Amino acid sequence: MEFELNPGNTAWLLTASSLVLLMTPGLAFFYGGMVRGKSVLNMMMMSFSAIGVVGIIWAVYGYGLAFGADTAGGFIGNPADALFLKLDDGEWWGAADTGVPALVFAGFQATFAIITVALISGAIADRVKFVTWLTFAVLWVTLVYTPVAHWVWGGGILAAGPIVDALSLPIDFAGGTVVHINAGAAGLALALVIGKRKGFGTEPMRPHNLPFVMLGAGLLWFGWFGFNAGSELAADGTAGRAWVNTLLATCVAMLAWMATEKLRDGSPTSLGAASGVVAGLVAITPAAGTVQTEGALVIGLVAGVLCALAVGLKFKFGFDDSLDVVGVHLVGGLVGTVLIGFFATNGEYGSFYFEGSLNGLFYGGGAIQLVTQVVAALIAVVYSFVLTYGIGLLLKVTLGWRVTEQEEVDGIDLAEHGETAYEANSTIAEVR
Amino acid sequence: MKLVTGIIQPHRLDDVKSALEAAGVRGMTVSEASGYGRQKGHTEVYRGAEYTVDLVPKVRIEVLVSDEDVTAVTDAIVGAAQTGKIGDGKVWVVSVDDVARVRTGEHGDAAL
Repeated sequence: MEFELNPGNTAWLLTASSLVLLMTPGLAFFYGGMVRGKSVLNMMMMSFSAIGVVGIIWAVYGYGLAFGADTAGGFIGNPADALFLKLDDGEWWGAADTGVPALVFAGFQATFAIITVALISGAIADRVKFVTWLTFAVLWVTLVYTPVAHWVWGGGILAAGPIVDALSLPIDFAGGTVVHINAGAAGLALALVIGKRKGFGTEPMRPHNLPFVMLGAGLLWFGWFGFNAGSELAADGTAGRAWVNTLLATCVAMLAWMATEKLRDGSPTSLGAASGVVAGLVAITPAAGTVQTEGALVIGLVAGVLCALAVGLKFKFGFDDSLDVVGVHLVGGLVGTVLIGFFATNGEYGSFYFEGSLNGLFYGGGAIQLVTQVVAALIAVVYSFVLTYGIGLLLKVTLGWRVTEQEEVDGIDLAEHGETAYEANSTIAEVR
Repeated sequence: MKLVTGIIQPHRLDDVKSALEAAGVRGMTVSEASGYGRQKGHTEVYRGAEYTVDLVPKVRIEVLVSDEDVTAVTDAIVGAAQTGKIGDGKVWVVSVDDVARVRTGEHGDAAL
């Protein structure tokens, strides 16, 4: 196919990429506000460092692994296809048929890989060595993110082959399986490998700066319009559909989380509103371009209520998923991915037609798409959990994950970064 | 000489300061404190996890006064800090052996 540049689509995708990149600093604030004041810098650094590590890996070989030609039976892409992003405009790279140059698409996808890694850090707050985290980021994006991205978006086993032939094409518009289920299952695995913070469940660990959390949620919401509407890879009506759904599902989820809190705890909280925003964004991600307005509203409602209930599970089961990566991203990702099986519409009112997929149960397509969605979600959960558990164990016996107990008590900011966030007025003994 | 210490609700500080100035007090020390008396604390809920916050924010105000001013100063603090609700705080008085003004080296009442 002859490549023909479409400046409008290209301009939108460059803009959307910048929006998505802003989500990771936004996440740093969202997460940073939720931890105690003695570990806010480490929490924010885990997000910022993910930009550094993953950005480079993506350019050197990661993009090829995810989007290169099928190798190993559709398990992974061929990294040799895109080493150091030596790409020609005319090559087929996902967005070529909408007139977007390969390099622009590669940049857009880099921002997705970055935030997926950063999301995991919420499960392991306050207690891990920074070097081990950086090493984890390298291993995880290579061994877990790129295969799953390849399966779903790069032409791999969830885009073509026996599963698709037997059922139908799984729908993941912007990253429900690749990003959120993937990060959520990884967060659960790491929280189990690394263990609880000292004092988890007995000492108070309340968020130290809720305005940071609100600021972060706002930046995430803003950036998410690039994430979802950008995933159309074109500036058209379906991008508008994704944009509107990203607004509406999030509106409902925020209110639903607050209502759940009002009924259960007595007060609608700012932390609940911010969490509801993120839960709604997560859930609508896979469905953004493929459901209509009523679908988006229901997805937001279910995500807001279910995630608000799910964040209590860690206390019940005794795992320290510190900032609820499981309760928000795994549960929210599953809600969106599975509800597509009820609400998918192909090509109506601006929704996108995934060739090979079926309408959802409520739109005359029968139950096959629902089964397909469940199967795709389960594959992502199992693969991410098992691989991440293995990587976690490997790092545990080699580099070691935990800082010492005393360092954890004193605050990881001081131990790992040699600085503190809020003690600028404390006496400095000597200037050297 | 006496040291008058008052633990009051933070939002009463401005009124207490005005009342002390009106009573002729020319200096004081104010610090942020936390504590509880009969009102105990309150409950906060974060993502469904309940925390009992028993130490609530208070302001501690300290004034050094001569013996004859003690009653007026104590009454000024009580009058201005009072809202009639549980948690208004306490004021107490202790005797002070000596006071020195750092700038001049004066001692006793002259240093007040």
